[in-house]
Amino acid sequence: MSVTPESFTSLPSDDRRAVITGLGVVAPNGTGTEAWWEATRAGKSGIGRITHFDASQYPTQLAGEVDGFEATDYIEQRLIVQTDRWTHMALAATQMALEDAKYDPDGKDPYRMSVITASASGGNEFGQKEIQNLWGKGPIFVGAYQSIAWFYAATTGQISIRYGMKGPCGVVVQEGAGGLEALWHSRRNIRRGVDFVVSGATEAPIGPYALTCQLTTDRLSTAREAKSAYRPFDAAANGYVPGEGGAIIIVEEAGHASGRGAPQVYGEILGYGTTSDAYHAKKPTPTGGQLARAMRLALDRAGVSADEVDAVFADAAGVPDLDRAEAEAIRDVFGGRDVPVTAPKTMTGRLYAGSGALDTAAALLAMRDGVLPPTVNLSRPAKGCNLNFVTEAQDASVNTVLVNARGFGGFNSAIVLRRPA
Amino acid sequence: MRRSAVTGVGVVAPGGVNREQFWETITSGRTATRKITFFDPEGFRSQIAAEADFDPKAAGLDDQEVNRMDRYVQFAVGAAIEAVKDAGLDVESVDRERMAVTLGSAVGGTMVLERDYVVVSNHGEKWLVDHEYASPFLFHALVPSTLAAEVALRFGAHGPAVVVSTGCTSGIDGIGYGHQLIQDGEADIVISGASETGISPISMACFDPIKATSRRNDDAAHASRPFDRDRDGFVMGEGAAILVLEELESARERGAHIYCEVAGYANRGNAYHMTGLRPDGAEMGEAILDAMSQGGIEPEDIDYINAHGSGTKQNDRHETAAYKRTLGEQAYKIPISSIKSMIGHSLGGIGAVEMAACALAIDRGVVPPTANWENPDPECDLDYTPNEARRRQVDVALSTGSGFGGFQSAMILARPAELQEMGT
Repeated sequence: MSVTPESFTSLPSDDRRAVITGLGVVAPNGTGTEAWWEATRAGKSGIGRITHFDASQYPTQLAGEVDGFEATDYIEQRLIVQTDRWTHMALAATQMALEDAKYDPDGKDPYRMSVITASASGGNEFGQKEIQNLWGKGPIFVGAYQSIAWFYAATTGQISIRYGMKGPCGVVVQEGAGGLEALWHSRRNIRRGVDFVVSGATEAPIGPYALTCQLTTDRLSTAREAKSAYRPFDAAANGYVPGEGGAIIIVEEAGHASGRGAPQVYGEILGYGTTSDAYHAKKPTPTGGQLARAMRLALDRAGVSADEVDAVFADAAGVPDLDRAEAEAIRDVFGGRDVPVTAPKTMTGRLYAGSGALDTAAALLAMRDGVLPPTVNLSRPAKGCNLNFVTEAQDASVNTVLVNARGFGGFNSAIVLRRPA
Repeated sequence: MRRSAVTGVGVVAPGGVNREQFWETITSGRTATRKITFFDPEGFRSQIAAEADFDPKAAGLDDQEVNRMDRYVQFAVGAAIEAVKDAGLDVESVDRERMAVTLGSAVGGTMVLERDYVVVSNHGEKWLVDHEYASPFLFHALVPSTLAAEVALRFGAHGPAVVVSTGCTSGIDGIGYGHQLIQDGEADIVISGASETGISPISMACFDPIKATSRRNDDAAHASRPFDRDRDGFVMGEGAAILVLEELESARERGAHIYCEVAGYANRGNAYHMTGLRPDGAEMGEAILDAMSQGGIEPEDIDYINAHGSGTKQNDRHETAAYKRTLGEQAYKIPISSIKSMIGHSLGGIGAVEMAACALAIDRGVVPPTANWENPDPECDLDYTPNEARRRQVDVALSTGSGFGGFQSAMILARPAELQEMGT
């Protein structure tokens, strides 16, 4: 330890800004940030028939699975057996993100480094195995790692331990909106004195029992062909396809990043808004009022007018009512302006908490490269869903982006990101 | 700086399924731990728990809520109804776009997840489970965000809604999250707290192999023994507590009863082990120092410490060390207690229940005791308020929590300085 850890008082300061300096991606259409981004720009989908288990008896048989992901490429065996696939993917993405940010946590003040991730469903596969041991064989067959592998905090805890990060740690749950909340909560902590946060989210919901749980929402597509399955905003929208993976995102205090000569600043987290529909326990809201309010809150906090936004990364539920509500919200916030709208998650499926993080990564790279990634499988917008959709990769000057994310239960979140000047 | 006041308290706990019964239980030193009745615990290493005799209808839930909500959600809604009423809030007339919900839970909907799993797997026989047998609200159980969604729905709260799931510090962290939303101007009123109902086979089975839970199965009433030499692990509990947080000035303007304010909140990770604790208590100490510093609190100011005090060998030693390293000689003079001795350890819920105990201790001038304390442990040599409650003016109360994942949290509740001067 080359640095003596210092106590600090976590009171908020307006002088501390949050920027993003590192990305790590594990996604159905690519593992590794650049591989995934190349596939995404090319409109290459990672959705296919479920291979993790025999899904032939289930109404939903498609998913965005991460093919060829080998946890052993990133993590020691000792740790692999203690953790679920969702944590494996997060640990791998963390390693990539730290390399990308050129940051070695060793020797840094441990209390100024935090881990704040989101999770919607925890360690599904691990949990199903152990509960099967319990009910199929008996209590003494439940393994010692069940207590630390399946619960929602496992990923944050393991990253904190692996890298010696002792600052304020967090785990947030807002179903599909949590990925954005984790980023903003990182900013709350940056304002309170933390310098470096490993944030973002991954999810691994493709197992027999997890899929059974998801089927009860009546929001999953039962289509058999990838092309016709997850088609948000399209007249043929028929639900969504679940996927696994996500992104780990390094959020850093701006002065800390420049002071250490961070290799890049992808963008600044400028504003955020989150609201709750409080509408119904199961039915989707028929209007976009609270989503529009979240978007406006994000713009207001960012001090950005709707006219300055170069693109919207949509939540894109793929459920007709929710698509209409989002289209209504976007029209409401942007008035008559045809802001470009895209949904690269049409190539991965919905990754729950992982989606907000992965969309943020896509938005940041869109700003870096001046290109908007496409929405695939959108050919004929549904009634009420007419927006300026990006259906082919598009060169564009992208400086300010709004990312939407929603979660089952009525969670609406929106974040504003800006490219460094 | 915007400050957050506690204006309403609601509790569902073993031995007392509302605020007043809870307070009566924990100040009388009565234990609510017993042989598990929710399922047959034969074959389990630990067969005891603190179960709550909760009636959701009596708590104000309607038929549909009872039907669709997992037990931990029912607890939270029940506690929230009580807390909002206690705060004298007319939710119809407040700006509900500025009303947030921040709730903690460590294991979420495991009871329903397990109940349905048994059916769809036909008692653990099938890996490829039969989805046709799933109940219509099973996804609600998979995602613990349901907890915040349901409480927001109950009160029509349109502000931020979030569940915090940091293991056994979720309760303190859920309230701390709400406090930060008020500080940052993201909300004016927050229904904050936590809920957990983990007395089910899979949760009990989690802790058996790591020997975290007590094996004193033949003497359930005396099994939870924080800081006692003969402690042998924690006793599983269940429970929920809700604190209504309000921006202090607006709470005063509307003439709300102010229990106390959140004077400081901090969290740290030990980055050491998912379940293990180093004996020095360094990271919990950092959280305590941060929380004290935020509120300008000195060791002499602290009148009561509500300990995590889970009753495991390592926790009680770790926590005692954390108090000594941060409070010095004063650590020996402040009454400390663990209410887990009476109501067990409700994982992610207990932190909020303990904050409720602190708010009530400040409000009522009583320090609840640590029950079952009989034999001193040389490594735990502070004043743990053995067995009997004490009358004492409490202006400042510190509570600490420690959880799997290495998380350490501290929160300080205090009577606002301006009210202390008035001698109320």
